[in-house]
Amino acid sequence: MEISVTVNGVMHTGNVEPRTLLVQYIREHVGLTGTNIGCDTSSCGACSIHLNGEAVKSCTMLAVQADGQNITTIEGMADADGTLHPMQQAFMENHGLQCGYCTPGMVMAATSLLGENPNPTEREVRIGLEGNLCRCTGYHNIVQSVLAAAGGAK
Amino acid sequence: MIPAAFEYVRAGSAEEAIGLIGEHGEDAKFLAGGHSLLPLMKLRLAQPTVLVDIGRVTDLSYIRDGGDHIAIGALTRHMDIENSQLLRADVPLLAHAASHVGDPQVRHRGTIGGSLAHADPASDLPATTLALGATYVAQGPNGTRQIAAGDFYQGFLTSSLEPDEMLTEIRVPKMNGAGWSFQKFNRRAQDWAIVGVAAWRRNGDSGVALVNMGSTPVLASSVSTALAGGASIEDAAQQAAAEADPQADLNASIEYRTHLAKVLVKRALTEASN
Ligand SMILES: Cc1cc2nc3c(=O)[nH]c(=O)nc-3n(C[C@H](O)[C@H](O)[C@H](O)COP(=O)(O)OP(=O)(O)OC[C@H]3O[C@@H](n4cnc5c(N)ncnc54)[C@H](O)[C@@H]3O)c2cc1C
Ligand code: FES
Ligand code: FES
Repeated sequence: MEISVTVNGVMHTGNVEPRTLLVQYIREHVGLTGTNIGCDTSSCGACSIHLNGEAVKSCTMLAVQADGQNITTIEGMADADGTLHPMQQAFMENHGLQCGYCTPGMVMAATSLLGENPNPTEREVRIGLEGNLCRCTGYHNIVQSVLAAAGGAK
Repeated sequence: MIPAAFEYVRAGSAEEAIGLIGEHGEDAKFLAGGHSLLPLMKLRLAQPTVLVDIGRVTDLSYIRDGGDHIAIGALTRHMDIENSQLLRADVPLLAHAASHVGDPQVRHRGTIGGSLAHADPASDLPATTLALGATYVAQGPNGTRQIAAGDFYQGFLTSSLEPDEMLTEIRVPKMNGAGWSFQKFNRRAQDWAIVGVAAWRRNGDSGVALVNMGSTPVLASSVSTALAGGASIEDAAQQAAAEADPQADLNASIEYRTHLAKVLVKRALTEASN
């Protein structure tokens, strides 16, 4: 089936099999491998991207469901000149990552969270990131990063 | 994990979707948010040959005041239910329960119609709408019919919908200031409930339903009968599992589930009575 998907502001048109998962489409058809597959069972959030500005798990969507929609991946967060998105900057400054595998998904979920709740409490950040697992950091610095980014956005 | 191959068609309206399902027969399935169906297809526990995508039937995504009830379009997402001012004011139990479904990413995609049609006894919204005495509206090739939540759930993942019937609307009675509580007991934040309880109470009236205490969501009517007869919360909660038929799984034995149901019903009634 022919689909057109806008990924990070660029329209991609091509043929996919209906059973192609959105994450597979992003990684293998569009060629953006920043979006990771952690669990492949809808649990870990590593594959989180923005669909029309809201975080979704791209392993639990079909590429055909994204036809005509707007997608942002981690590659679309920094400015063209390499200036990091405030959330990326906050993760860097607050040591919000160790191995970094969960980080793209965390950044996408966290920016979606701030879009809905610009001034979350620490508890709201923890609950807001319940769909994202990190095996390294113990979450503390991730939560600090998101709070710092929210503070900076004030 | 990639699902088995299937044909994909997109419907622009309920009528078109019902026509497409009829045309493609038994092995065709509606696809709403996909957050129950796609995980099953990836595990190849479901292998529909045709998916009729109803995700773009946006005129079935609404929350409206219907007088004595709130009418919710079947394609309304969990996140929109959670954030609805109308539901927070008139059916706060449902808005709150929706905020406990999975995680934000899941709630950005999953719909109330998909959650109810999937008929998973471990899901939050079937039991919640059952406790509230909701009515579901189904549309088929020959028109629409109303199904009481109490008549909808037939068995594990089985509802009284015909294969070519689509849920279009959920009508939930306004709570008119009733006290309420939603208790969800799980080990990890985003998980389904090991046992859950949705309850409301106003004077002698109450509604209590259980999540994951049988092959369907369970209306704990013995609890309501006991309360109506003047029983204390403590005594009424002892009836929690009277209608239930819990199964054992990785998380809990039958005895543990039964115990949890009593503890959670007591907590729920206490909170709903404050
Ligand atoms: C990681 C994860 C965690 C979750 N946690 C929870 C949780 O804690 N609590 C909970 O309650 N749920 C949970 N869910 C399930 C979630 O609520 C699903 O969104 C919901 O159960 C299904 O809705 P959907 O729109 O995604 O339906 P789909 O997956 O698209 O469809 C489900 C089934 O219903 C049918 N269907 C869909 N819409 C209609 C309709 N309008 N008429 C007739 N048939 C229809 C489909 O054919 C299919 O058989 C979780 C899901 C995931 C992936
Ligand atoms: S890879 Fe999608 S949620 Fe884990
Ligand atoms: S930094 Fe390693 S998984 Fe999160």
